[in-house]
Amino acid sequence: MKMYIRSSACISPQYSLETKKFFNLRISPEADFIKCREPDYDLFVDPKMIRRMSRIVRMGVAAAITCLREGGVEMPSALITATAYGCLEDSASFLRRMIEFEEKMLSPTSFIQSTHNTVGAQIALMLKCHHYNNTIVHRFFSFENALIESDILLSEGNTDILLGAADEFTEDRHRILSRFGLYKKQGQKTGNFAGEGAAFFLLASSPGSSPALSISRPEMIFLPENMEETGAILNKLLRENGLTKNDIGLVLDSTTGNRTNDLPARTVLDQELKGIPSFPFKSLCGDYPTAVSFGVWMAALILKEQRAPEWMKDISFPLQHILVYHHTGASHHSFILVSAA
Amino acid sequence: MNPGPYIAGMGIVTSLGFGVESNLQSLISGEAGIGKMQFLQSAYRDELPVGEVKSENEQLSQLGNLPGGWPRTALLSALAAREALDQAGWDKKNAPRTGFISANTVGGMDRTENFFRPYIKNQDRGRLADVVYHECGAITELVAAQLGIRHFVSTVSTACSSSANSIFTGARMIRSGQLDFALVGGADALTLFTLNGFNTLMILDKELCQPFDENRRGLNLGEGAAYLLLCSEKGMDALKSKALGRLSGYANANDAFHQTASSPEGTGSFLAMKGALEKAGMEAADIDYINLHGTGTPNNDIAEGTAIRLLFQPSFPKMSSTKSFTGHTLGASGAVEAVYSVLALQHGLVFPNLRWQTPMKELPFKPVTALLKDQKMRHVMSNSFGFGGNCSSLIFSAA
Repeated sequence: MKMYIRSSACISPQYSLETKKFFNLRISPEADFIKCREPDYDLFVDPKMIRRMSRIVRMGVAAAITCLREGGVEMPSALITATAYGCLEDSASFLRRMIEFEEKMLSPTSFIQSTHNTVGAQIALMLKCHHYNNTIVHRFFSFENALIESDILLSEGNTDILLGAADEFTEDRHRILSRFGLYKKQGQKTGNFAGEGAAFFLLASSPGSSPALSISRPEMIFLPENMEETGAILNKLLRENGLTKNDIGLVLDSTTGNRTNDLPARTVLDQELKGIPSFPFKSLCGDYPTAVSFGVWMAALILKEQRAPEWMKDISFPLQHILVYHHTGASHHSFILVSAA
Repeated sequence: MNPGPYIAGMGIVTSLGFGVESNLQSLISGEAGIGKMQFLQSAYRDELPVGEVKSENEQLSQLGNLPGGWPRTALLSALAAREALDQAGWDKKNAPRTGFISANTVGGMDRTENFFRPYIKNQDRGRLADVVYHECGAITELVAAQLGIRHFVSTVSTACSSSANSIFTGARMIRSGQLDFALVGGADALTLFTLNGFNTLMILDKELCQPFDENRRGLNLGEGAAYLLLCSEKGMDALKSKALGRLSGYANANDAFHQTASSPEGTGSFLAMKGALEKAGMEAADIDYINLHGTGTPNNDIAEGTAIRLLFQPSFPKMSSTKSFTGHTLGASGAVEAVYSVLALQHGLVFPNLRWQTPMKELPFKPVTALLKDQKMRHVMSNSFGFGGNCSSLIFSAA
């Protein structure tokens, strides 16, 4: 069964809620991290509720509401949220106080908001949505696994599925991950930097209003024995969608500029996708485990508008198929096709 | 009636013991695993009883022949997962299309707690090896790699209903033809983070919990892991072991009422139970036993009880909360109670709701308080409801 993207919305470090601006202006960080351009949340949620929400919840809720508004749907038939880290700010805040105050005099607020299903729960609460609700927390494959679940739900006859991903930047996350040497050093112009974002999609089994956009089931591989295995799942995806490599007009890949981490993917890009224009989407949203949702959002926007942002080069239109290639080192590789019609 | 996937194997670790057999023996003898805190180093060790797995991490590693340094949740997970696969006679060589869908809520938080102690004083301190397994998904990946499953691996986290949702994610994938085998369930270890979190909510009982009692005071936390190996018809034929039962119904609904509290009328619980019956093509009267979510908190039990009254009246199936034995094992509880539900079907047993004394005045039924044997058991319902309004019900049927 074909999955159609009826609408999408994304909160990211770019002008992703103001898509006109997104095509003209690209924001790049000097620092080794980039944070989201957050909207005026009062436009989306009751200000009383907003004050009680952490950043990841605000971003998730605002992206979800925007996506539903764009799609003209008030009540989705299912809500699936993907997050690798969950609510880090509240988890760390509770943990810190618990240690500092030796388990005494703690307030429940941050614990309540620390559970991984908080984003999905708060969206359901706002919509008063009693329908299917699940949260997938599988590291770099959280979004892909949630997409597989969406595909199954659609094939079971559900429609209007709200699928989203959210992960937040926090200072603790950054300090700790920096110690692993993931990010560029101070003064370096290029290299990996941390990011964050929330992207939501309204999926259905029929195209709805034009232009029609579809998304494939992801093909993914965990701990491939070599990069030939990774190439094989790419070929499987193309075969199952009746395509060849020549049909792909653009690859959005998740290379970051961290050479060691990028190396396995470079092999695949050079050997399997040679000659096809590619663009590293994490240069826009930064590095985080569910960043692939930003890549998919961007692919859908380019196909919908049938034009590329001014700061992207060498892409010919009309463009029908964009391949989103998500990879982390040698351990996780996935491919998703986003297509016009 | 939709028969649903087969259950080919089960594995479990709880405060009642290691393995299906020792859990069954404790359930039959009526011995709870909840008691004084022995292993978790908490300021509340003399105040709050818990259902601990009675071993240090080192012993757990040795028992499963597992690498050292794993978070406790991963150790519990690996032990229970291995038992489920072995019981079914699963061999990865003959089962390429196997998925592992596991649930947890704490991930490697026990190790992150160790990291944070020095880190909050000096941000350059804390062993990085203590945070590499922080994420919930990292626990699943550790165990998946150990078992040699990589065809499809996923992690679900919906608070206390987590492993009920992983169970039916696997059932769905089998039904849609994407997997032949799905190892499904979940694990959660006790940590200071969760113990203190629940304590701030003032829903922990300082005595042993009394689910569905008029004078209930709250819940006891527990820990554990449990898995079921689900398989298709084709998968069952390939295994040559006997099916233990089937998963015939499942549904998930959201209460959409409050982040932590259930609605007084139990909307989410009602919709989940009703949905599971519809999925199974059953009437309420087809259910012989309900393994209740039954945490023992005033709020849960009245919401769940009200929903049961609405859905089942005038005649009620037998009911009990086995959390009176294990405590609330959070992300593992859906799977732990799934194993107990299948055991009830296999052996014709209804396990007692321990320490129950006084009927809840709002409810027209009471739980079973002593072990019932030789029961005719065709279908058992198991409920799991959680924070964030996530409610799920599963229905298990005799093979």
